[in-house]
Amino acid sequence: MAGLIFLSAIVFLPALGALILLFFPASAETAIRRITLGITLVVFLMTLRLVFPGDGPAGETLLERSIHDVRFVAGEPGYQHALAVPWIRSFNIEYFLGIDGISLPLVLLTSFLSLLAAAASWSVTKHVKAYSVLFLLLETGMLGVFLALDFFLFYVFWEVMLLPMYFLIGIWGGPRKEYAAIKFFLFTLVGSVLMLIALLMLYFASDVRKLPEEARRQSLLSSEVMVKSLAPGDKPLHTFNLVALAKLGQMPDSPFNEPAWLGKSIAWWAFLLLLVGFLIKVPSVPVHTWLPDAHVEAPTPISMILAGILLKMGGYGIIRICYPICPQGAYELAWFVCGLGVVSMVYGALAAMAQQDFKRLVAYSSVSHMGYVVLGLGAWSLVPGVWDTQYWKMGMNGAMFQMIAHGISSAGMFFMVGVLYDRVHHRDLDKFGGIFGKMPAYTALAIVIFFAALGLPGLCGFIGEVLVIFAAFSYSRVLAIIGASVVILTAGYILWTVRRVYLGAEYRGPHAEALTPLTLREFTVGATLAVAAVVFGVFPQTVFHYMAPSVNRTVDEMAQWMKAVSVNVVESAAEETPEKVRHESTVVLDNLSSEVLEAGSQR
Amino acid sequence: MNELLELITQIEQNLAVSVRLWIPEICLVVTAIALLLQRMVFPAWRRGASFIMFVGSVAALAVLIWQVAGQSNAAGSVGAFLDVLRLDQLAAFLRGLILLFAVLFSVLTWLTHWPRIEDRGEFYVLFLGSVIGMCTMVAAENLLLVFLGMEMASLPSYILAGFEKRERRAGEAAMKFAVFGAAMAGVMLYGLSLLGGSLGSLDLPTMRANLTALASHRDLHGHGLSLILGTLMVVAGIGFKLSAVPFHFWLPDVFEGAAAEVGVFLSVISKAAALGLLTRLCLTLLGTDQASAAGLPGPLIPFVVGTLSLLAAVTCTYGNLAAYGQTNFKRLLGYSTIAHAGYLVMPVAAAVAALPVSQETARWAVASMLFYLVVYMFMNIVAFAGAAFLSRGAPGEKIENYSGLVRTAPGFVICLAITLFSLVGLPPLGGFAGKFAIFASLASAQLWALLVVAAVNTVFSLFYYVRVVKVMVLDPAAQSLSFSLPLSSPQGMFLVLTTAPVVLLGILWQPVFDLVCRAAGCQ
Repeated sequence: MAGLIFLSAIVFLPALGALILLFFPASAETAIRRITLGITLVVFLMTLRLVFPGDGPAGETLLERSIHDVRFVAGEPGYQHALAVPWIRSFNIEYFLGIDGISLPLVLLTSFLSLLAAAASWSVTKHVKAYSVLFLLLETGMLGVFLALDFFLFYVFWEVMLLPMYFLIGIWGGPRKEYAAIKFFLFTLVGSVLMLIALLMLYFASDVRKLPEEARRQSLLSSEVMVKSLAPGDKPLHTFNLVALAKLGQMPDSPFNEPAWLGKSIAWWAFLLLLVGFLIKVPSVPVHTWLPDAHVEAPTPISMILAGILLKMGGYGIIRICYPICPQGAYELAWFVCGLGVVSMVYGALAAMAQQDFKRLVAYSSVSHMGYVVLGLGAWSLVPGVWDTQYWKMGMNGAMFQMIAHGISSAGMFFMVGVLYDRVHHRDLDKFGGIFGKMPAYTALAIVIFFAALGLPGLCGFIGEVLVIFAAFSYSRVLAIIGASVVILTAGYILWTVRRVYLGAEYRGPHAEALTPLTLREFTVGATLAVAAVVFGVFPQTVFHYMAPSVNRTVDEMAQWMKAVSVNVVESAAEETPEKVRHESTVVLDNLSSEVLEAGSQR
Repeated sequence: MNELLELITQIEQNLAVSVRLWIPEICLVVTAIALLLQRMVFPAWRRGASFIMFVGSVAALAVLIWQVAGQSNAAGSVGAFLDVLRLDQLAAFLRGLILLFAVLFSVLTWLTHWPRIEDRGEFYVLFLGSVIGMCTMVAAENLLLVFLGMEMASLPSYILAGFEKRERRAGEAAMKFAVFGAAMAGVMLYGLSLLGGSLGSLDLPTMRANLTALASHRDLHGHGLSLILGTLMVVAGIGFKLSAVPFHFWLPDVFEGAAAEVGVFLSVISKAAALGLLTRLCLTLLGTDQASAAGLPGPLIPFVVGTLSLLAAVTCTYGNLAAYGQTNFKRLLGYSTIAHAGYLVMPVAAAVAALPVSQETARWAVASMLFYLVVYMFMNIVAFAGAAFLSRGAPGEKIENYSGLVRTAPGFVICLAITLFSLVGLPPLGGFAGKFAIFASLASAQLWALLVVAAVNTVFSLFYYVRVVKVMVLDPAAQSLSFSLPLSSPQGMFLVLTTAPVVLLGILWQPVFDLVCRAAGCQ
């Protein structure tokens, strides 16, 4: 039983903590801070328990095993600890949580960064109780997004984290906090509304009855829906189950291939709407403008969470929802996704270079780094006839790894900026310099983390970037070359920053007397992040071990879809036999492949 | 002779059944009389009026629930008083909603101490008269009763709008309201007579039969124009009650001028009754089964769908955009109710659009409208109750006067913030569940353009609701502010009890959805 409710416990423990905190007097600030830290610590330990080594009690299938044991079985691509309970029967909405190799690293990242952010929250002195309550609610929302496998539930969690974030930026932020908070809120809401439309499009086009029985079983439908789907009847049985939706989307005669509007299919439109919704969160150029404002105005711990986790939700949504459910749209729009990725990389890097404000620079570096994720996810390098999925898998894995790496390095950079800001109360890059002399330990940690962001081999940023560039190379050389040269820009702004802030003879800015060495708490947070950056840079296998099987399966399924679609075209044409038709069918195939090549070579 | 006797027996039996089913409304009549007598017989009993009102409305609600619970589904539909009222599940649900509102309303006025004790009896009597009119509206199956119900509901509300006699703005608002209302009543009456005249009856089912018969003739025997004009005029009349654009001019002034208590009354059950009427007119006239809906004259259904969609889209967009510039909290809520009227008409359009395709989809659309009405009722009660408490306790009704309110009245602000975010439609709150249901009905009826309008409007609405929360929470506290309202006070408890459904309906909405499905007749 423990395995079934374990994920729910992880998700709702912070919310429960928030509820308990409500009964504390607002003056008990230290106790409230400690409890918040304690709860995030417990959540982190619980998520860590998932990857505890050792063999649990044996069971026939993965699911049976995960009922008795809370451990995550590495090397298995499927969902574990899945629990599906009917929630709103009228719309077949289920409370459906589950974890696989794609969500596991992100869940761990979330609990890890939440713990560090809670530790960094000692710098927040205003309305500590309200801050802690909102912080914990935010953590519940984030964990829920990564664990929900029902589209409706996913949407609810996605929105749940909006409100705490709005207040966390709006109350505890910097001088332009209100502008930044509402801008963040508005952009995200636009994205969610687009997602809601796509969600309804897919829901009403879906029909569980069209799935073969084997696929239904694999979709982990709750027993109630399963029974409904087996009962005779001709009314379509709609579903929000993400696994079932993916299976429906990957059927050769998928119901999502129905034409919808302007000659494009439901899958195409749904993909576009979802993609824009997720890209706003990633964020990608041109919908990134909320990010510099939100990051700069947010208090340090919230900036860490924003950059470290919230941005990852966009990438997660793309790999979990956009691609598996709407492969047709993904295939046709691959050039668009990759193009946006590269533009974000270049634009983010150039914009970062032009910043005066230290925190703004870090914010724009996030735009640039998340561009790699988009490029890696978008590079549909599969060519019909060759069917080599190697590079595609490389790209997807690289993108996923880049998300983890960026989670660590960007949270670290924001923390490092925050440490300085707490002391000297300004972030003007031109007024820094000579920090090395005053705070040597701090500077050492900061340089490790900045170099990790730069993508220095041996640190975590390198792995993801290099895999993504390899993958992009087989999709489009032009894009890959541009992408690779962004590393130069990145090196440019990071090295320049390191020189301006940490090196130099002495600090001449305001409040020089306040530059005291790191406190133990600060040192712990910074050192943990720096160690993580080194560990993931040297042993990327620790992540790939869990992640790769699930990512590879996602790619393989889409490759299978593509094969089936192409073969279908050939077969149905062959049945009608005449030479001319057969000729046409090969033309179709040729077109498919040449489209990919053209799309590649043009960019 | 025998036939006559048989007819008389039938009438007698029908009357007995009808009166029995109409007991809740009779309860209200008795309450109204008791309220009038109380002033004369027990003038010293100061809280008498509120007490009688509360007991009377609770009794009416209890009787209705008892009657519905005792009914089997099949026996759910009775043509009462010789078929002028159709007492079916839909009518029962809406009457229940209206009566539940009456109960909450009596508690609210008790807590806000408004109107003054001396005036309270008359106030309640007028209110009850309007409520009985609304109960008639949602059940009427005869054009005569439609008009009667509308007027009965409207006339007392003109007086209620101007009930604050010392307030100049209230008098002006009531005047505007009454003049505009009288004009719209004339338009509505003209429309009803055009429809009744061209279809040869006042009885809705007969009218439908005649409409189907007309459809087999070429050019509808020349009735096409009168049908179109009649439909437009009736929509205009109902649109006035719904405060749909362009029949909304009275609303912002009335909401600003009249007390918040009157605002909640006008915004919730007035709209519920008008929507019930609109739904019944559409569904009865355009087909209770698929075949007859499909047999209607070609452009009729697209015409009605187009009219309602346009009305909904314009209303929603206008309400949301016009709310931006508002500085008065009550006026802002007024524009918010205009916008919500737009959201509420959308599923009716979806229901009509789905009629020729699938009855089931149409019923689902009606169910989603009813569900949103339930959520909307609770949201508006909290919002207007908040406005009422604020207008008595805080200096002025300008939003800027409430800055930093969270410091002095945190619980109050949290309740209000939850409700305002629910009005935006953010999960996990009831407003989201309701909007989701409405959006789903639009998607299932393939009204994609309307769905996009609704979705875009959700984003529009974010700004002005959040601005109120922003002022109360983020802005520095005003020096002069001494408003406080602990949640343990009766007023606070009322807020908590009405905010709780707003939250619960966003998390556990299946039970209520089952209820509305039953009312709308979904399987």
